[in-house]
Amino acid sequence: METREGMVEKRGAGLWLTHLGLIIGLLFIFFPIWLAFVASTVSQPEIVKPPMPLLPGDQLFENYRKALVAGVNAPVALMMLNSLIMAMGIAIGKIIISLLSAFAIVYFRFPGRRLFFWLIFLTLMLPVEVRIVPTYEVIAGFGMLNSYSGLIFPLIASATATFLFRQFFMTVPDELAEAARVDGASPMRFFLDILLPMSRTNIAALFVILFIYGWNQYLWPLLITTDPSMNTIVMGIKQMFPSGDDVADWPVIMATSILAMIPPVVVVISMQKLFIRGLVDSEK
Amino acid sequence: MEKRVTFKGIWSPLLLVLPQIVITAVFFFYPAGQAIWQSLFIPDPFGLSMQYVGLGNFEYLLSNSYYRASFVTTAVFSILVTLVSMGVALYLAVLADRLIKGSGVYRTLLIWPYAVAPAVAGVLWLFMFNTRVGVVTWYLGLLGYDWNHVLNGEEAMGLVVVASAWGRISYNFLFFLAGLQAIPRSVIEAAAIDGAHFWTRFRTIVFPLLSPTTFFLLVVNIVYAFFETFGVIHTITSGGPQQSTTILVYKVYSDGFVGQDLGSSAAQSVILLVLVGVLTIIQFKFIERRVHY
Repeated sequence: METREGMVEKRGAGLWLTHLGLIIGLLFIFFPIWLAFVASTVSQPEIVKPPMPLLPGDQLFENYRKALVAGVNAPVALMMLNSLIMAMGIAIGKIIISLLSAFAIVYFRFPGRRLFFWLIFLTLMLPVEVRIVPTYEVIAGFGMLNSYSGLIFPLIASATATFLFRQFFMTVPDELAEAARVDGASPMRFFLDILLPMSRTNIAALFVILFIYGWNQYLWPLLITTDPSMNTIVMGIKQMFPSGDDVADWPVIMATSILAMIPPVVVVISMQKLFIRGLVDSEK
Repeated sequence: MEKRVTFKGIWSPLLLVLPQIVITAVFFFYPAGQAIWQSLFIPDPFGLSMQYVGLGNFEYLLSNSYYRASFVTTAVFSILVTLVSMGVALYLAVLADRLIKGSGVYRTLLIWPYAVAPAVAGVLWLFMFNTRVGVVTWYLGLLGYDWNHVLNGEEAMGLVVVASAWGRISYNFLFFLAGLQAIPRSVIEAAAIDGAHFWTRFRTIVFPLLSPTTFFLLVVNIVYAFFETFGVIHTITSGGPQQSTTILVYKVYSDGFVGQDLGSSAAQSVILLVLVGVLTIIQFKFIERRVHY
């Protein structure tokens, strides 16, 4: 790698100014998160008498225990489990159906292939927000309100992942399929023993993106989970605010907000390389 | 692009695409078709029958001042969200790009907000600016400014814009940083040798070379502001005060689910569908993201 010690990079005073600029940016990014964390460690009286403290208090365990075990409408631990099932269901479900159909499109010639391709292409254009009322009616018709399948299926009905895998399969050398065919391996053998292991990184990168997508869903769970025990954590936070003039239980609500961001943050930070790759892959 | 080597068989590929076909048909095409179909009808007050009105729902919508106001609100909101989050992200990316080492640490920290759901971001910002307990509200009060986004539409708009833009900084930062790092050092160093200072280099070389990234981000951010900010609006303002933060997606929800006006909500869905279609076409046409078949 060529050295980047040029006259463009900064040293001395300029370097410090660069760091200073970045740190100001970081403060802007982290101040809301810090404040939420502080609020989750103090008691309610300390918050309702502004200004609240800017350093953590000693109620951390009490607040988180209260949130996880009791919550407001439902225990937050239960809501986190619901979110986990939904996020995993969306990520795994979408990856499986997309791998299968991308394999069919790339490695077979079958009638209706072109039509199929354009039909799934259309799904790229229409986010679930746009078709909420009729999709809600479909789910209600199937009796899938307040169920995991109702949370998961409408959100895997999109073809982004199919395109991604298709692009990747196109780059796999033809010789591999040729060899498999000569050896008399069935298409599924080829798929399971050669194509899948080769796609590992792509699958992992996509999994990171889809997991966060699923975990952070808001509108859809808001519509179809009327039963608090089916709420997901991200949509459940808003439900914890009292209607009318009652004062919100801020320490518990902020503890829940922190709990809601921990799993996706851990996934993003610990799998940073895969995450960035997934982000670039799914957009370009 | 076609594979030269393929497997034989007609039934096995059909079986392989079946799960996706079924799920897409039931949960995508049928509801999308329903939205278009329902947009042509008005249900009677008891929901027992539907009356065909042709384009009546659309005519009504376009002549409705609330709906037109929602268009303007959406435009203002999306432009502000896009500008704020891209501006901050570009600033941070330019700084991080100037570091020889340590930019990885900043990157790790700056990708946090990506993982924070828009609805959670909404709650965090609501907490800071809460009229009763908000820290920022309290300090603004000390300075003699009486913050109240519950009553003041412009403050409400400012708050949802900042909360939405905040969550999007990571994404834009990553793409800007990648774009900046792809610019050949030699070009910039040549300009530096010729005596061009940082700002001149940025204006005449870096920014133009970055324009594919910038354009791509413009489109993606507008799509984000249109659809994915529902959580922010719902948690902070619920579209108020006086509908001053009711963006189009929020209106589809509030008319369809809260107001139970299915025909109008469906017509709004169709209008949004057309808008997304146009944005997607722009994205595919002008950015090199073509799908070869």
